[in-house]
Amino acid sequence: MSVAASSPRVIVGMGSCGIAAGAYDVEAAFQEALKSDTAATVEMGRTGCMGLCYREVMVEVRDGDTTSVYGDVTPERVPEIVEKHLIGGEPIREWLVLGDELESTESELLGKQTRIVLRNCGHIDPENIDDYIATGGYEALRAVIAGKTSDEVIETVKTSGLRGRGGAGFSTGMKWQFAAAAPGDKKYVVCNADEGDPGAFMDRSVLESDPHSVLEGMAICAYAIGSDEGYIYCRAEYPLAIKRLNIAIKQAEERGLLGKNIMGSGFDFTIHVKEGAGAFVCGEETALIASLEGQRGMPRVRPPFPATSGLWGKPTNINNVETFANVAWIMRNGAEAYSAIGSGTSKGTKVFALTGKVKRSGLVEVPMGMTLRELIFDVAGGIIDDKPAKAVQMGGPSGGCVPESLFDTPIEYEALQEVGAIVGSGGVVVVDESTCMVDLARFFLSFTQDESCGKCVPCRVGTKRMLEILTRITEGEGAEDDIETLERLAGTVSKASLCALGGTAPNPALTTLRYFRHEYEEHIAEKRCRAAQCNALSTYVIVPELCKGCLACKKFCPTNAISGEPKEPHVIDPDKCIRCGACVSHCPTDAIVRV
Amino acid sequence: MHECTCSDPTIDLSALDPILEAHKDNPGALIPVLQETQAVYGYLPEEAIREVARRRNVPVSTVYGVATFYTQFRLKPQGKMVVKVCHGTACHVAGATEITNVLEEELGIPAGETTEDLSATLETVACLGCCSLAPVVMIGDQTFGRLDPASTRKLVKKHVRSGK
Repeated sequence: MSVAASSPRVIVGMGSCGIAAGAYDVEAAFQEALKSDTAATVEMGRTGCMGLCYREVMVEVRDGDTTSVYGDVTPERVPEIVEKHLIGGEPIREWLVLGDELESTESELLGKQTRIVLRNCGHIDPENIDDYIATGGYEALRAVIAGKTSDEVIETVKTSGLRGRGGAGFSTGMKWQFAAAAPGDKKYVVCNADEGDPGAFMDRSVLESDPHSVLEGMAICAYAIGSDEGYIYCRAEYPLAIKRLNIAIKQAEERGLLGKNIMGSGFDFTIHVKEGAGAFVCGEETALIASLEGQRGMPRVRPPFPATSGLWGKPTNINNVETFANVAWIMRNGAEAYSAIGSGTSKGTKVFALTGKVKRSGLVEVPMGMTLRELIFDVAGGIIDDKPAKAVQMGGPSGGCVPESLFDTPIEYEALQEVGAIVGSGGVVVVDESTCMVDLARFFLSFTQDESCGKCVPCRVGTKRMLEILTRITEGEGAEDDIETLERLAGTVSKASLCALGGTAPNPALTTLRYFRHEYEEHIAEKRCRAAQCNALSTYVIVPELCKGCLACKKFCPTNAISGEPKEPHVIDPDKCIRCGACVSHCPTDAIVRV
Repeated sequence: MHECTCSDPTIDLSALDPILEAHKDNPGALIPVLQETQAVYGYLPEEAIREVARRRNVPVSTVYGVATFYTQFRLKPQGKMVVKVCHGTACHVAGATEITNVLEEELGIPAGETTEDLSATLETVACLGCCSLAPVVMIGDQTFGRLDPASTRKLVKKHVRSGK
C-alpha cells in the first residue's frame, strides 16, 4: 500500500480532554513529520471526543476502508507512526486501541454501549457541517418541516418516552406540548448547557464533538412549539464548546438550515449563544431565564412554569443538551425504535461521565436499565488495581451515594430514586476504600452551600448549618447528637427550599448517613477516619525501612515537625504536623504514608 | 452631595463606548456588557461599573448585584497568569487539595489571592469538565491533567514563572 495511491487521513481527537492531554503538540508533531515529500499526500483532520478519555491523546488513521485508532499518542511516538504506518503501510499494533480485527478492551468497551447521543462524537469534524450532513444530519429537520404537523412531532417525542436528561426526568414530549399549547405568538426554545455538576462533562463533549445534533434538535423543537428564536446558555468554562457552537450556527445559517426561511419553507429559527458567568444555580430553569435577562440568576416560584411564562414573560421550552441531541435520531428512526431501548418507564439511552477510581474513565452511553454493576465493572473495567469498590456517587451535589451492596440496581429513574440516588445529569464518580464518606458529603455540601443563591432561608442557612456540622465531624469535633441534628436539618432543607438546588442539597448527606452511618459514628465516637482522609483524624508517618535520611522532607516542612539526622530515618511529630502533605511530595522514596 | 474620592484616574472609560453602543438596544445584555468590560480591563473597576450603570440607565446596585453574583466577575485586578485548580468531585477524590497546597506553597499566596507583583492569581474552581484527567489545573487557557505534586511544581516553573 503506498501513500500516494490512497492518501490516508490522520485525524486527531480535539475535545477538551484531548487538548489537555496534549493533542495540539501531537498534531504539530504530525505536521512536522509529514513535511517530507514521501508523505505529502497525507491529509490532516480533527474530530471531537470518542469518550475514551483515559487513552487520550487519540489519533485515528483512515486509509481506504481501514480505520486504526492509536491511544496514548505522544509527540515522541509520532515519527514512528508516520514511518511505519503512513509510509510503510503497517499499523503499529501494540499502540492501537481500535482497529479492524483488533480485539482490545476499547473495542469491548464500545461494544457494550448503545450510541445515539454520541453517534457522531469522535467520528466527524465538529467544525465542518458537511461531515454532519454526510451522516444524515438535518434530514430529520427537513422531513419534519416538509411533512409533519406540530402535533405529530410532539406525539412522536411523547411516544418515544424521552425524558429530560438534565436531571429531573420529566417527559420531553409533555413539556413541548405545554409550550405549544401556551397562548402567545412569540415563543422561545432554550438549551440548557450550563453543565455545572462537578464530575459531569457529557454536555461539553456533545457540544464540542457534535454541535449540529443539538442545533437540529432545537430547530425541530422550535417547529413543534411554534418558536422562531432560541438561546443556548453555555457555561463560560467551556470556551471550546462555545467556539464550536458559534461556528456550527454560522455554517447552518449559510446553508439555509437555520435562520430565516429555513429550506425555503417560510419557517424561521435563529439561535443565539449566551455565555454563562459562573453560577451553578443557573442550571435551574427559572434562574437560567433570569440570567438570560441579564439579572442575578435567582430562581423564582413555579408556577407559572416557563412553558407559559418564561423568557421575557413569553412561553419558553427549556431542555438540556443531551435531550436535544436525541431528538433528530428519534425523528429519523421513529419513536418505537427509541422506546425499544431501555426498560420500564426509562426509555432510550443515557450518557454517563464515568470517573473516579475506575480503570477506564470516560464518556459512555448505555441503554437505560443496565445495572450499576455492569456499568462500573463491564463498561468501565472495574476498580483501579482491582481494589474493592466502596460506593458510586451519582448525580453530583443533587445526587446520592449508592453502596457496593446495591450495585445491582438498574439505571432507571424510579429504581435509583428508591435507593436515594438519582440518574441526574450523568456524572458517575466511583470511589474505593480510600475515600471518606463523611468527607465526601462535606465536599458536596460545601459546594451547594457556596452555590446557594441566598434567596430562600432553608437553603441559605440550612446548608450552612449542615456544612458546619459535617466539617465539625470531619475535624474530630463531632458531638453525639450531631447525626440527629443533621438528619432533622436535611429534612427541613429538602422540604422547604424554593428550588431543586436546595431541595436536593441534603441528598449526599442523607445517602451517606443511610449507608455509611458507621463512618459518621466512628468519626464522632472513636475519633477515627477509616479512609485516613480527614486531617484531624489521621497523620503522616515515615516508614523507617524506606527512609534514606535525605533531609528533603525536613527542609520543606513548614512547621518543623520532622526531626532526624542525615542518613538516619526521620520522625514526624504528630502534634506539630499540620497535615499539609508537603513532605510527601518531596520524598524521593515514597517513605511517608498517611494513616 | 457626597463625591466619591477613591476613583482611579488611570481607568480609561472611553474603552466602554463600543461595548455599550453594541448592546444599547438590548435590555438583557448586562452580563455580556460586563463580560466584555472585564475582557478590556482584566477586572471590573468601580468606575466602569458606575459608568455602565449610568449609560444603561440602571441603578449602580443592579450592576454591582450582577457583578458580585457570578463567580466569573472580579472586582480586583488579576495576576498575569491565572491558575485555576479544579475541585470537582473527580479531582477532589484524586487529590485536588494536595495540588492546591502545592500551588499555594509555590506561589506563596493562599487560593483566591493574587501575588503582590500581579504575576499570578490562584483560584479554585468547581469543575473544569476534564474529570478523566483528574486532578486538573488550568493555567491561562491551557489545561493540564493527571497531575501530582511533582508535576505541579514543574508546571509552575514552566508556565507561571515564565509568564507563558
